[in-house]
Amino acid sequence: MAEEKTLTVNGQRRAFTTEDDTPLLYVLRNHLGLKGTRFGCGLGLCGACLVLADGRTVYSCDTPVWSVADKEVTTVEGLSAPDRPHPVARALIAGQAAQCGYCMSGIVVAAAELLAGNDDPTEDEVRAALDRNLCRCGAHNRVVRSVLAAAAELRERQ
Amino acid sequence: MTLSPSLQANPRLADWLRFVPGMVEVRSGKVELGQGVLTALAQIAAEELDVPVHRIRMVPADTGLSPDEGYTAGSMSVQHSGAAIQVVCAEVRALCVATVAAGWAVPADALTVQDGQIHGPGGRVTSYWDLAGDALLDQPASGAVLVKASADYRIVGTDVPRLDLPGKFTGRARFVHDVTPGELRYGRVVRPPGRSALLTSVDTAATLAMPGVVTVVHDGGFLGVVADREEVAVRAAERLRQDATWERQPVLPDEDQLSGFLVEAPSETATLAEHGESPSGAVRSLHATYHRPYLAHASIGPSSATARTDGTHLEVWSHSQGVHFLRRELAKVLGLRVEDVTVRHVEGAGCYGHNGADDAAMDAALLALAVPGSPVQVVWSRADELGWAPYGPGAVVRLSAEVGADGSVLSWRHEIWGSGHLGRPGFTPVPGFLAASHRKGGVPIRTAPEAPLEFGGGAGRNAVPGYDFPAYQVVNHDLREMPLRTSSLRSLGAHVNVFAAESFIDELAAEAGRDPVEYRLAQLGDPRARAVVTAAAERAGWTRWSTSDSTGHGIGYARYKNSGAYCAVVAEVEAVEEVRVRRLVIAVDAGLIINPDGAVNQIEGGAIQATSWTLKERVRFDRFAVTSQDWESYPILRFSEVPAVEVELLPGNGNPPLGVGEAAQGPTAAAIANAVYDALAVRVRSLPLTPEQIVAAMPG
Repeated sequence: MAEEKTLTVNGQRRAFTTEDDTPLLYVLRNHLGLKGTRFGCGLGLCGACLVLADGRTVYSCDTPVWSVADKEVTTVEGLSAPDRPHPVARALIAGQAAQCGYCMSGIVVAAAELLAGNDDPTEDEVRAALDRNLCRCGAHNRVVRSVLAAAAELRERQ
Repeated sequence: MTLSPSLQANPRLADWLRFVPGMVEVRSGKVELGQGVLTALAQIAAEELDVPVHRIRMVPADTGLSPDEGYTAGSMSVQHSGAAIQVVCAEVRALCVATVAAGWAVPADALTVQDGQIHGPGGRVTSYWDLAGDALLDQPASGAVLVKASADYRIVGTDVPRLDLPGKFTGRARFVHDVTPGELRYGRVVRPPGRSALLTSVDTAATLAMPGVVTVVHDGGFLGVVADREEVAVRAAERLRQDATWERQPVLPDEDQLSGFLVEAPSETATLAEHGESPSGAVRSLHATYHRPYLAHASIGPSSATARTDGTHLEVWSHSQGVHFLRRELAKVLGLRVEDVTVRHVEGAGCYGHNGADDAAMDAALLALAVPGSPVQVVWSRADELGWAPYGPGAVVRLSAEVGADGSVLSWRHEIWGSGHLGRPGFTPVPGFLAASHRKGGVPIRTAPEAPLEFGGGAGRNAVPGYDFPAYQVVNHDLREMPLRTSSLRSLGAHVNVFAAESFIDELAAEAGRDPVEYRLAQLGDPRARAVVTAAAERAGWTRWSTSDSTGHGIGYARYKNSGAYCAVVAEVEAVEEVRVRRLVIAVDAGLIINPDGAVNQIEGGAIQATSWTLKERVRFDRFAVTSQDWESYPILRFSEVPAVEVELLPGNGNPPLGVGEAAQGPTAAAIANAVYDALAVRVRSLPLTPEQIVAAMPG
């Protein structure tokens, strides 16, 4: 049964009305208007829909909204301020690391999680961390180079 | 000077270009598919107008605004739309300069243009925006104005960053799935459970009783729901699926015997090309048969569309490759006047050919017609995307050659079996929409006849040898009925034809005991072809390679469509438990390159996608239905499996631009197969190169 619920997304408490088992993805995209998170497969197999819940990646397409009720959800929009892209986003722009870009929201989220825990990953570690993210256009190598560049920038800042 | 086909069809300058405060709006009929074409076209416009790229705004194609340039396909966008925009912008610049010169009573060549500002003697200055009213541009292109010489280019040929990318990394870009022209309703379609399935009964009561369900559409075998929330639409579609009863027939061939089926099924046979007569001196005759399974487009985002009708006019937002075709075909199928349909292009996920975009537009239109006034958004499920969008055709290629004493080819025969590559709406003999085929009175979609080779061909694409063989013959067997619906997938027949031909060339070289690169160069006269083969081999260190246990290298070459970009690929593989491509070295000559980094991005991406096709991909099916409906049953290459890719662009040498998006598909497949042979001494002639297929190919 649909009922009013609240959720903390990108630092704000937001209200909406839906059923308990509604996938988080539809709440974000339609109820809250955060269209940056993408539907890819609905089965947690492609990574297009990744968001952070308390800093850990979850597949929003098969995460029921009740299960993140008391967590802090961060979407790709929440990682970058309008005038200040996340270091990963900035490095991806500099590396021209996409073609269609549809998979990139999930890739940015996955890479942000990786770098939050490891600011000096090896190339193999980057590839392993992104293995849940499918890209069909073949931008993989540009993405890996960009994530390594973002890591280097983060280390310099410290 | 001859006007490009796009400009002949749409000659009015104002149809292509409009000045708005501080900006120039450029309208191309070509659409962004993720290939970066709008950035390349903006560079061409900026170059001829003498404005910086940031002053160009590329307007997404819209049937109400944009010139009709047909489909965005075949790596022709820069040739067609680019040539048109170049001429239009050069003429607009010249018109503006001439108008100012006349007003100031000075010769036109006394004026200069910088950032759209027109400067004259004595410090006088005006600008495009001060004078270019719509009236000035309301005239046809003449073709009389010279475009810039390539030596004068400042923007074309440089790495201008993609205009559309920044928002794609911050979640701010909008795809077709995000279109919200008012309070959306959400539509879902329930597809039949098999390729031949009759809907015998459906009970819609339980679905209609679900809170939030707006309506159910039932038309023959077409079943859909409309709901006020997406999560309700998804649940309602599942409810409706449970409450529908179908009778299905086992109409599909045995997947394990697909190549045999393709050769034996009824087909129309045609000789596509024939040349020369086999000289005497043949000492051996060799032949081999190759096979490719059906391949899925497998975009990361499924097909989607939004449609709205006010009772008279139908608006559709679609990621179609051809908005004008889609408009006309929707009107025809729905019984509307063409002028009562508007189709607007919005980017979808990466488009590699005729995917489900047009089908989703039809779905959305059918559902929107049931709820006038409300925009209805349809998003396909992953299962429908992998299971119901058109496929790249499965095919069999049989090659035979007569060779002389030194192993050189004296005559060559290339024979193809498969279904058509052109199933796009507007070309098919029956309506080319999935939903139209399922509706009452619908008939199965059939492809258009094989396209002539002078337009690049379909099944026959790259079947004509690019080598200097004294004699050759190309024969195509076009299946009369498609067991699975097929249409255009990136490079069309070139992927399987080049895989087959370049594998066979390697087999002939091995039979003659000759090096694969030397053997190719000895029969390749075109200097541009020789240059890419040589460049790829040198960069890869071909002659310094020493094969160690389970590693190998191989080469593949083709000139795409025999008239497009030249591409050679050297692959290095490691084959232990499965084939791993470690490195691809690629040399391309595509003539004038508008945006080198963009071209490299396209070539890299094409090669990585072709690696995925070659190593992993195969549409699976039983006798009733496609069974590969998710990423586990239809795996594609992952980050940890992607090879290093190096791309070398050869100098354009004043040659005209040739598209790059499809050039690497065939050569990459062949290079990998040849490298696997080098590593294992096993010739695998059936794709994909999985451990099972390698084992099956092992001698006795």
